[in-house]
Amino acid sequence: MFKRKSLSLPYILFILCGTVIPLLAILYYAMVDKSGHFTLANLAAIGDPLHLKPLLFSLLLAFICTAICLLLAFPLGLMLRRSGAGKKGFVIFLLILPMWMNFLLRTIAWKILLQKTGVINAILNAVGLKSLEIINTPYAVVLGMVYDFLPFMILPIYNVMIKIDNSLVEAAYDLGASPFRVMKDVLLPLSMPGIISGVTMTFVPSMTSFAISEILGGGNISLIGNIIEGEFLRGGSRNVGSGISMVMMVFILISMALLNKVDKNGEGAVV
Amino acid sequence: MGNILELVNISKSFDGELILDELNLDVKENTFMTLLGPSGCGKTTTLRIIGGFTTPDEGRVLFEGRDITNLPPNKRQLNTVFQKYALFPHMSVGENIAYGLKISGKSKTYIDDKIKYALKLVNMDGYANRDVSQLSGGQQQRIAIARAIVNEPKVLLLDEPLGALDLKLRQDMQYELIRLKNELGITFIYVTHDQEEALTMSDTVVVMNQGYIQQMGTPESIYNEPENAFVATFIGDSNILSGLMLQDKLVRICGVNFICVDTGFGVNKPVDVVIRPEDVILDEPGMGQLDGVVTHLIFKGVHYEMEVMAGDFEWLVQSTEMHAVGEAVSLRVVPDNIQIMNKPESEDEEAVVIDV
Ligand SMILES: Nc1ncnc2c1ncn2[C@@H]1O[C@H](COP(=O)(O)OP(=O)(O)OP(=O)(O)O)[C@@H](O)[C@H]1O
Ligand SMILES: [Mg+2]
Repeated sequence: MFKRKSLSLPYILFILCGTVIPLLAILYYAMVDKSGHFTLANLAAIGDPLHLKPLLFSLLLAFICTAICLLLAFPLGLMLRRSGAGKKGFVIFLLILPMWMNFLLRTIAWKILLQKTGVINAILNAVGLKSLEIINTPYAVVLGMVYDFLPFMILPIYNVMIKIDNSLVEAAYDLGASPFRVMKDVLLPLSMPGIISGVTMTFVPSMTSFAISEILGGGNISLIGNIIEGEFLRGGSRNVGSGISMVMMVFILISMALLNKVDKNGEGAVV
Repeated sequence: MGNILELVNISKSFDGELILDELNLDVKENTFMTLLGPSGCGKTTTLRIIGGFTTPDEGRVLFEGRDITNLPPNKRQLNTVFQKYALFPHMSVGENIAYGLKISGKSKTYIDDKIKYALKLVNMDGYANRDVSQLSGGQQQRIAIARAIVNEPKVLLLDEPLGALDLKLRQDMQYELIRLKNELGITFIYVTHDQEEALTMSDTVVVMNQGYIQQMGTPESIYNEPENAFVATFIGDSNILSGLMLQDKLVRICGVNFICVDTGFGVNKPVDVVIRPEDVILDEPGMGQLDGVVTHLIFKGVHYEMEVMAGDFEWLVQSTEMHAVGEAVSLRVVPDNIQIMNKPESEDEEAVVIDV
């Protein structure tokens, strides 16, 4: 028994240094003003239109990004389920491959591709089409987010879906279900744990990301992540930044709890 | 009674390996037919071809005379009870049973009545709102059967449905299935590799090996008149001896002439002889047809099982009377219980096409 406990010591230390202590530090900064006196003003700062608008806009973009990822990943999961076993691993490998590249590098690559005089527009113009002018707009930001976070949606959905016993699908066919009903009545509900994990893992980073909106938004687009970043790094108040972060965290925890409620079995729970 | 289902010249290969070779099978309406054979002989493949889950490479499947070879499973008027139950884990017991009826657009009252009726039929009244994961293996099995029969299919396919159950529950379920079949008037096609189960339950037994049908007939005819050594060894225990058919109704085994009842094998023809262990009668030495010595003795419950060395052959004998190891005995077999079979010309032929 004792031996087992001592084995877990490094992990406990890691969690303590990596999670608990920083969290307590943020909590402390959020609850005090510059001179170190207790205040709730930092938490209330979220109500400031200057912060509230980016928050709502972040929500909107994160929602759109998550929805697009889900609409891409679910049919892909269905297709991979149906195709031969040999091909599946390779397709997943191809989809995961970009994840091995640095995240910032990938995003900057998109900036270069999408520029007014970028590669994509050069090709479009060459075949006589109009230029695509989405760089520095929310469209480019959503595109970047979808590109960066899609694997986080695909992997959990795929993992749950390939484990669904094929005899369940056959049983539904046997009982007269059309392919669409098999999808709706059997595959979709049984994929729910994976969908919920995927939604969580896509929604949270797209809600809090600031690098993508900065690189592809060209400084025009202010998401809640950019606000927090500004408060911390660009002459703002560390205390206000902590306050907004705290509120965001509670906000995300609540939405995760709601999501997990949908998932009856709780299998796919991440939080 | 007509054929409800016909398999015509069905062939199927997987990865270049021939699993079914020109299989022909007629299923009469309202029968309990069992496909029996060792693991990997193609039973499940045959059933999946009937159910529409596997497409044959060649041949046709006829349902009431209509070609359904290319009809998808959801359009076929038959239902399957899967080997692993395949109950929907996200639905309650009642929702599982109702699924096929909902698809076909039945009314709510009709569906509710059917759920009650089906649960009663499988002796599980009051389970409609249970979670399927809370059921025992035997209960899941019965729900799988209930889910299939509420749709009133003309043919019910069952793939080793009792395989996972313990002996007692299996026997109970065997009787329940026979009762269901008689009550519902549905044709059953039942897959098993348990020969006792096949003999107990079926009207017709189809013995398969390596993708071929070895013999097809009533349980009695399969047991009493096996057509080849494979069937004889697969169905129950048996002594298979090399013999010489001296003339009609006379066969020479272990150097002794035995009177039998088979005719038409020719004169001085080598044959295989099947004698069931319970048909060997033990007696005092010198009183029977062949003398020997008991070499093994096992108590089996209803009877003793002994091995007797006689005429250079180890005879398997079952008897309610015990003879100790080392005891000298004699063997006797009445003519009716000696079954003569043609010798296979080559090893391959042991599993080869036999016209049925
Ligand atoms: N989808 C498949 N792909 C490749 N080979 C298969 C496939 N299905 C079955 N086989 C092969 O076909 C042969 C017959 O299989 P089948 O499942 O019909 O046997 P079975 O008689 O039902 O055996 P068991 O009693 O073990 O269930 C086996 O050798 C099996 O490996
Ligand atoms: Mg099988």
